[in-house]
Amino acid sequence: MTSLLRNTRFQRRVMESAFLIALLGLILYAVVAAKETVDSLGMTSGFGFLERTTGFDIGFSLIEFDGMDSYGRLLLAGIVNTLFLGAIGIVGANLVGLVVAVFKTSRNGVLNLLGTVYVETFRNVPLILQVVFWYATFTHLPSPRSTEAVLGGIYLTSRGLFLPGMNTAPWGVLACIALLAVMLVGFVLIARSRKLHAPAKSRLRRLSAAITLVVALAILFVFARVPGTPLVAIPELRGLNIRGGISLTPELAAMIIAIASYGGAYIAEILRAGFNSVGVGQIEAGRALGLSDWDLFNRIRMPLAIRAVLPTLINQYVWLMKATTLGVAVGFADFFSVVSVSINQSGQTLELIGLLMLGFLVINNTMSIVLNWINRAIRLKGV
Amino acid sequence: MNTPSAEMPDTAGPTDPTLIDRMRGRFFARPLDVVISAVCLFVAGFVFVKLFDWAVWNAVWTTPDGSSEVCDGIKGACWAVIDARWRLILFGVYPYEEQWRSSAACLVLVVTVILSCLPVFWRPIRLSLLWVCGFVVFFVLMRGGLFGLSSIAPTKWGGLTLTLFVFASVVLFGMPFAIVLALFRRSSLPIVSNTVAVFIDVVRSLPLVTILFTAALILPFVLPGWLQGDKLWRVIVGFACFFAAYQAEIIRGGLQALPKGQEEAAMALGLNYVQRVTRIILPQAFRNALPPTISQLVITFKETSLIVIIGFFDILASGNAAYGNGEWSFAYVEVYVFVGLVYFVFVFSLSRYGAFLERRMRVGHN
Repeated sequence: MTSLLRNTRFQRRVMESAFLIALLGLILYAVVAAKETVDSLGMTSGFGFLERTTGFDIGFSLIEFDGMDSYGRLLLAGIVNTLFLGAIGIVGANLVGLVVAVFKTSRNGVLNLLGTVYVETFRNVPLILQVVFWYATFTHLPSPRSTEAVLGGIYLTSRGLFLPGMNTAPWGVLACIALLAVMLVGFVLIARSRKLHAPAKSRLRRLSAAITLVVALAILFVFARVPGTPLVAIPELRGLNIRGGISLTPELAAMIIAIASYGGAYIAEILRAGFNSVGVGQIEAGRALGLSDWDLFNRIRMPLAIRAVLPTLINQYVWLMKATTLGVAVGFADFFSVVSVSINQSGQTLELIGLLMLGFLVINNTMSIVLNWINRAIRLKGV
Repeated sequence: MNTPSAEMPDTAGPTDPTLIDRMRGRFFARPLDVVISAVCLFVAGFVFVKLFDWAVWNAVWTTPDGSSEVCDGIKGACWAVIDARWRLILFGVYPYEEQWRSSAACLVLVVTVILSCLPVFWRPIRLSLLWVCGFVVFFVLMRGGLFGLSSIAPTKWGGLTLTLFVFASVVLFGMPFAIVLALFRRSSLPIVSNTVAVFIDVVRSLPLVTILFTAALILPFVLPGWLQGDKLWRVIVGFACFFAAYQAEIIRGGLQALPKGQEEAAMALGLNYVQRVTRIILPQAFRNALPPTISQLVITFKETSLIVIIGFFDILASGNAAYGNGEWSFAYVEVYVFVGLVYFVFVFSLSRYGAFLERRMRVGHN
């Protein structure tokens, strides 16, 4: 008997079974308790409520939505809004971060100082504070009636930001996004092709791809124009508000600015580490080959830096995607805030929280799987 | 290439470069640099002068009677709003006469944090004792009901004190949980390590707001009444789980950096599992994981501001309330700048300390 107790394999079995039993017990208990509470409160469970009409409207939605639509469509609108905000925010954060990282790694002392001040200011204050600050700034701007246009068609008012845009039907916008996505994959594939010995060929391929893209977009905009309107829509004051062009609500504008500037500060630090990790020898070799400063940056420092820090960047992108949930603080109808409103209105707490978690698990895991695929494609081979 | 010539070994010339040489190298090395430096200095100087004008020169600092009339028609910042409302911002709706307790409690926590930065306290026993004591003193001061202090429910806590309280309790409860998760994660029992891995990955891919929301709304469904407690405690437990999931990965990183020989040597000496973990493995793993741990603490401190979404009256919410009513509604920038500065002081000093530690630890490894 004692020999059995001292047997390592037996001990492991016992520990594992104990852990399993405790875990299953906990889950079972939670399910039973939840069921009891739901029954005692007289709530109906199940996903039937997704078909019901909501009876309320949300401020901003990319897909059409009003109070007559169902909860299912409300959740879909929330997911689309979250993806939209996340995509714009991440792109903006990358642009800001790249500029600041170049500042921080330049030889010029003044630029270094500016970069440092930027990073320390935006990184050391919570994102939600920045969101509410920008939102308050927007809502305290003058009303549309007392605002003058800047640069021939940009209005910055308490109702949001108004920019000139194209009069394009919704399918045109979708086609445009699809086209850009295809091009992005194309660029990755070109970068992935191993024919490094023919840079001229790859440059030609890249150039022709870019020209095709521009032509395709131009054709798309002409064909997808909403009939009877000019090609370009310039916002103008009509009545109490501004119509035409692209309008960003104060909530969306505040979220984009906050995510881009906060994320930009983090991405700047990541990229700076990447730039610093590029060996001096690589730069010197490039210089010895007679590359110009721009080619040195574009072909040596940047690709090597990004390759070095892409895993860190991926985590940052996932983080920024999660940060879109702060939209609830200013009333932007992102996925989290539509779920939270739905819980208040329909009372289907458990189901809605489950859908919320599922949604974020799918979004974030898809994102990191795709980005990790890119990471594997570009990382140093054979090390 | 990023090394300025001043730090190169002194072989090139007999004299050290003077300050002027160094300045020239940094700011005016090439004609393009001269232009960039001049333009940037001009723009930065312009912005700085404008900012100084607004924030200091034309600002109104005090309001004698607590009304906003002193700020009528001024061009600069109206810091008078802080003068009138700083107690609301820092202490929330905590009873006015008892607010000395709130500030004393804040002080206790700050002292606890500062003390735990000193190497003298870097022993597991001392550090745990310090934090438990600091936390208990804080709690007794705030909660009252002992030593003749009047009892004040956590629902009345607010402002900076609530922010600090949430931060301290999340770290205090989250850290042991993180250690457990990290040890389970590297357990040789596949069921245990896989379950914990799934838990950590799921928690890490969910936004914090979702978890806080779940803790506030879902836990009452599954917990028996006597375990539910206050909403504040449930949110802290949820937050601690979130913190633990991230921190566990950091500790795991520290564990993986340990040479395998360390544990094997400990086994050869006949130490049992608990001895091996507490005396050999964890101390070294923590040392490896210290820099990322500090940055995780910094992020956690900033993320405590998310409890405002669940409806708590932390420093951000009390800031909103300070300008939110009609009288001071124009002074939102000043209030947000003040709240931002409070965060900045904490976060910046913590992250500087992290950078200092990183430098200090690199010394031993070279």
